[in-house]
Amino acid sequence: MLIQAIAFYGFAGIAIAAAFMVIASRNPVHSVLFLILTFFSAAGLFVLLGAEFVAMILIVVYVGAVAVLFLFVVMMLDINFTELRQGFLQYLPIGATIGLILLVELLLVLGVWVTAPDVDAIVAAPTPALSVAHNTKALGLLIYTKYVYLFQASGMVLLVAMIGAIVLTLRKREGVRRQDISRQVARTPETGMAVVQVASGQGLVGAEYYVGPSARDNAIHQKAGE
Amino acid sequence: MEQNTTPDSLGHYGYQLVIMVAQSLAVIVPVLVSLAFILYADRKIWAAVMLRKGPNVVGPFGLFQSFADFIKFVFKEMIVPAGSNKVVFFLAPMISFVTAVGAWAVVPFNPHWVVADINVGILYLFAVSSLGVYGIIMAGWASNSKYPFLGGLRSAAQMVSYEVSIGLVLVAVLLCVGSLNISDIVYAQEKMGVWFIIPHFPMFVIFFVSALAETNRPPFDLPEAESELVAGHMVEYSSTAYLLFMIGEYFAIVLMCVMMSILFLGGWLPPLKIMPFTLIPGPLWLIGKALFIFFLFAMVKAMVPRYRYDQLMRLGWKVFLPFSLFWVVLTAGVLTAFDLAPK
Repeated sequence: MLIQAIAFYGFAGIAIAAAFMVIASRNPVHSVLFLILTFFSAAGLFVLLGAEFVAMILIVVYVGAVAVLFLFVVMMLDINFTELRQGFLQYLPIGATIGLILLVELLLVLGVWVTAPDVDAIVAAPTPALSVAHNTKALGLLIYTKYVYLFQASGMVLLVAMIGAIVLTLRKREGVRRQDISRQVARTPETGMAVVQVASGQGLVGAEYYVGPSARDNAIHQKAGE
Repeated sequence: MEQNTTPDSLGHYGYQLVIMVAQSLAVIVPVLVSLAFILYADRKIWAAVMLRKGPNVVGPFGLFQSFADFIKFVFKEMIVPAGSNKVVFFLAPMISFVTAVGAWAVVPFNPHWVVADINVGILYLFAVSSLGVYGIIMAGWASNSKYPFLGGLRSAAQMVSYEVSIGLVLVAVLLCVGSLNISDIVYAQEKMGVWFIIPHFPMFVIFFVSALAETNRPPFDLPEAESELVAGHMVEYSSTAYLLFMIGEYFAIVLMCVMMSILFLGGWLPPLKIMPFTLIPGPLWLIGKALFIFFLFAMVKAMVPRYRYDQLMRLGWKVFLPFSLFWVVLTAGVLTAFDLAPK
């Protein structure tokens, strides 16, 4: 079990150090990069637990998508961080309170384990042993049979959040030319092109030609109207 | 995870380590060497479409061009921009390269010919290939320059978008397999007697296009669009750092070709289980199929003009995502209705 111990302390140590650096580093982009390292180490710990499905999903969802968007946003922000840090002491009591509550909760969870070691037996729906089904299958069976309504409900919550985000950010701006692909495809030489007989010395003013629906034709139309 | 019942000694672990390193090298070294010729083939095909000669000076028919390029890159001077973030600047090409190479660990070349035969192989592959985007974003940010930054932002949006449709394509295929192990995908096709390209042809097309976008190949090479962004995230890189980006990119491309052969073209299986086909060993079939798909990649590069950015996003989110979602529902429905789902 030596290698497992080395791997565990390696991953756990890196996770804690990286989590500390998330709040300690001066540069916000570095903070996000350390956050990614933390996720990664947590995934390593899941693998050590034999929960390879959860580990991979953690990487795909958090590292591969969520953290990319974090990084995306943080890179584009132009924040003066020395200014932001001046409020540090002001927010310290709130932060410390939340941290303390989390710590107490964690201690309660661990305390139950210590005081009542048989608590594992009364877990609502234990997954089958690894010899019966590997844990991806076990997890799937559990989620899609016993907890299917809760699973669907959480899906609905995410859907509502997604629609909310779209509604909040979608703006229809007036006066913006947008590409209308069906209209582009429906164009024919007759509607898209005008052959104009330009009288010498007169230009397009007064010349008779068909004005098609496309933007280019509108431009010609405007020019001719001047 | 299997239970470790073997003797628990350092010597045993050392032996395992040596075996593992040897296996990894047995995969990486041939892939690296063949990459040199794949790069050459890419340029030759591109040239042939344009009625040019392509590389033809170094070695017979220019076959050693890639090696000459390699030596040139390694011996060039490394230039680090003064305003760059040094650590992240050097970390970026390494991440690009390591993630691209690491993904090869789970690729099976024949029954049991795989470095790491893990339960969640396909998820591992998906996870590692989604990490490749960090190399590009970090390069774009650390260079502290406009073009790389724009390239980084573009790639972040592009790769995340197309990952979604790739994920749904994988779900549709995995529904017919009933396992996340990559070798099982090929076994399922063997049992079914038909490659997944036939029942899942639209998914093959979506996967092909998404793979182009995911690996930043033309016509989706917007992160490095040379006519707009010079070279995108790679503008400030020179010498070996640039080389790592380029090799990493090609590693990812060839990996995608191999993945397509495994998912849709039956991996190491011959087309028919009859005499002339069964004489050729499995790995050669896999390599042949992958090379055929790479040929398609090269042809697309030569023939298709670059997409505009909003068109790229529209294709990913408004065309591929709904269609692949529909296909997942359809596949699940058919499998349930006719009781075909793998147990």
